[in-house]
Amino acid sequence: MTAVRKPGPLRPVRQPDRTIPLVVYTVITGLLLFLGSGRLVPGVSFPAIALAFVFAAFLGSLLLAYQWRANGVVKLLVGIFVLLFVVPDIGRGNGSFFDLAIQMCIFAALALGLNIVVGLAGLLDLGYVAFFAVGAYIWGIFGSGQFQQIVQSDLPYTPLTTGGWLIPLLLTALGVAGYLWMKAIDRAHPGALKPQGGQRFGRALAVFLIVVGVVSALILVATLIRAGITWYYTGHPAGLTGLTGGLNPNFFWLFIILAVAAAAIVGVLIGLPVLKLKGDYLAIVTLGLGEVIRVFANNLTKYTNGPQGITSITAAPVPLLDRLAGSLGFPPEQFKLFFLYFLVLIVIGVVITVNVRLSRSNIGRAWVAIREDEIAAQAMGVPLVRTKILAFATGASFAGIMGVIFAAKQQFISPESFTFFQSISVLTMVILGGMGNIAGVILGAAVVTLLNLSILTALSESLQALPNFNSNLDPAKYNRLIFGAILVLMMLFRPEGLLPSQRQQVMMHEHDDDSPAQGALTTAADGDPLPEVHSPGLATRAEDDRAGGDR
Amino acid sequence: MESLLTDILINGLLLGTLYAIIALGYTMVYGILQLINFAHSEVFLTGAVVAFETFRLLAPDPANPGSGLNPYLVLAIALVVAMIVCGLLNVVIERLAYRPLRNAPKLVPLISAIGVSLILQDVIKLLEGFQGRFQLAVNVPETFTQTVFSVGDTNVKVRDLALVVVAAVMLFSLDRLVNHSKPGRAIRAVAQDRVTAGLMGIDANRMIALTFAIGGALGGVGGVLFAMKFPNLDPYSGTIPGIKAFSAAVLGGIGSIPGAVLGGLVLGVVENFLGVLSSFSFVFPKLSFLAAIGAQYKDVGAFITLIVILIFKPSGLLGRSTTEKV
Repeated sequence: MTAVRKPGPLRPVRQPDRTIPLVVYTVITGLLLFLGSGRLVPGVSFPAIALAFVFAAFLGSLLLAYQWRANGVVKLLVGIFVLLFVVPDIGRGNGSFFDLAIQMCIFAALALGLNIVVGLAGLLDLGYVAFFAVGAYIWGIFGSGQFQQIVQSDLPYTPLTTGGWLIPLLLTALGVAGYLWMKAIDRAHPGALKPQGGQRFGRALAVFLIVVGVVSALILVATLIRAGITWYYTGHPAGLTGLTGGLNPNFFWLFIILAVAAAAIVGVLIGLPVLKLKGDYLAIVTLGLGEVIRVFANNLTKYTNGPQGITSITAAPVPLLDRLAGSLGFPPEQFKLFFLYFLVLIVIGVVITVNVRLSRSNIGRAWVAIREDEIAAQAMGVPLVRTKILAFATGASFAGIMGVIFAAKQQFISPESFTFFQSISVLTMVILGGMGNIAGVILGAAVVTLLNLSILTALSESLQALPNFNSNLDPAKYNRLIFGAILVLMMLFRPEGLLPSQRQQVMMHEHDDDSPAQGALTTAADGDPLPEVHSPGLATRAEDDRAGGDR
Repeated sequence: MESLLTDILINGLLLGTLYAIIALGYTMVYGILQLINFAHSEVFLTGAVVAFETFRLLAPDPANPGSGLNPYLVLAIALVVAMIVCGLLNVVIERLAYRPLRNAPKLVPLISAIGVSLILQDVIKLLEGFQGRFQLAVNVPETFTQTVFSVGDTNVKVRDLALVVVAAVMLFSLDRLVNHSKPGRAIRAVAQDRVTAGLMGIDANRMIALTFAIGGALGGVGGVLFAMKFPNLDPYSGTIPGIKAFSAAVLGGIGSIPGAVLGGLVLGVVENFLGVLSSFSFVFPKLSFLAAIGAQYKDVGAFITLIVILIFKPSGLLGRSTTEKV
């Protein structure tokens, strides 16, 4: 009989202090980056592909600052050094890095939004990019010449026919009635877990009425806006000439808020009917709805200019930042990137904060509970529909705000930017980094964006310089292959992602062996494995597998 | 008006037959593994590419139009090759990308399936693009595009008849195989309860592989017929028909073989109806608002149908409803 060691208190394995390696790494990669971009020694620079990797390695210092145990002040300094000093300075010399950094932040925010939906709440949304499209088109339409065309074509518009406002008004009232009805049903059957029979039918009908009501309320609002605009501009025909570039660019700030609201509303609208569906059905329906929004963007030519897309979208002027950029020696064409870079940094800071706060709140715990087991969560008193819709709307609002910034940065949007494949690439970011873990998701977004926009294109360029290169084999054309391989390989070998949250790591490997997961809490300071576990559940597992395993 | 209705009906049923064959691949896999095989749209596209290659390689010499094989023989070759290639492809996919994940949480194999789908799209693009072909125009033999008879203004062509005949043969053999043979019974047993079927001496993994082979072969046939009806392909043109076929499977009741056929037919007719909806504004002047609904929106119709069905009758038209146990 062997003596069983008494388990001690659980505590994390302590990492060694790595302040000095962190500083050394940051300085070395930073020097390499300056050297490679030709700013350190005139005439010396790296080829594009090497430079892309050096840039990636340099950004890696942010990750190390997050992961390693080091002096807090040094970590903060590294972050400030990388984000506020080096990246803008490299961007001054080579605008494409600026562009890349902004894109990375945009996609990181998108991935963080999807992380709430997929990672925390466990709802696989394959049409996530639709919300991004909503944000982008809202500012795209109003912040460009497209708006003038709409107003012009609407000018002999007689909005106040009964069909224009009375019918939507009545339908809106019907929606309100539906909401009250649903409340009444819920009051009449308190505590009913699964609605039955007529009650179920009544609820379905009420939900239908609510959806109709919300849609007609939106139509009503749109009609009133159209009427207001028409009334304003028929009074001031000269006012139209001021609209050639869209609304006053200062409206950009208002539209950031509007886009959050609009994307959240679309999230709720899409969410209400489909959130009853389970996992894979939800996936295919959201995929379909994403395509529906793209089809509308493609065909509502009057508003979206169809497949040609909307061009010359403006951004808000910020004279103060422009002056700062000018005095720092930026060329004028980069003023906008300079402003958007800081805007995007602020927004992503807000997004991360919201994400952290939410995931530690009651709502966040409710999301995780739903992800783990819907029925058990419901039995514990988690309101399923409301919690799921909240996840959808929160995720959507992140996408909406980034859509506005994306439109302002690209100055051009078309339905091509919002395809199913875009949704999948955002999903790839979440999965590569680690579902449910904020740092992991940001890492995934950075890696995928770097791969897509920098490394692959640089690789293509260097390959095309080779003699006898068949241009049909251009790697930039085959990014689906790479993303697909990432998805499959991650699922097969590391489903918890590159930088998993501890919970996912334990969950995904609970059957692998009996030792605790890497980095998990252990009983011993030196990380000894726990004493061997003898449980009937584990012992019979092999037999289950031979029979095909349980479903 | 009458000719419009016959047009909707005939073209809708033909399209629906095509969807039905593809939907069978989804529904069988879903029935046995509860997995949406996203890669099935690419498996089916592989069948279309096989058709493209067969028609290209076996095309008669342009200098001597009388030469070359009988077009029906070429079609038969394309069908057989597509069945073998796509069946094997589906089995390989199952072995490499799904089987190791059999006991993982449900989202894991689904994401893996999406990944396989992306990989296959680019592999097809690579194989054909390597030879400089990104747009594949299928060289359908002229025999198949000739009109046999006309109903109203609708021309029924030889390829449409071929589609119906091939589909009928496939459905009949599938019914024999699944409902009246020993492997079929084993497949049904595994679909019902994998563990218990294993205790009864059925090798579940083999039966799952067999299901994938059958589904892939059906997908291959669907691909060949698709390529004859819609001869302009590219590596991504499998996705939308794939989603629609899946919608058809759900509409009919997923896991149910007659359901997939019914769902396919209904969806085909609905889609064609939406495609010509704008024409009704000419027939009935009062419905002038219909003119705005162009043929582009017919894809939207398929998705809306899917959503409505899933909300009000999640088990589909012919499916059995299941209760969930904790």
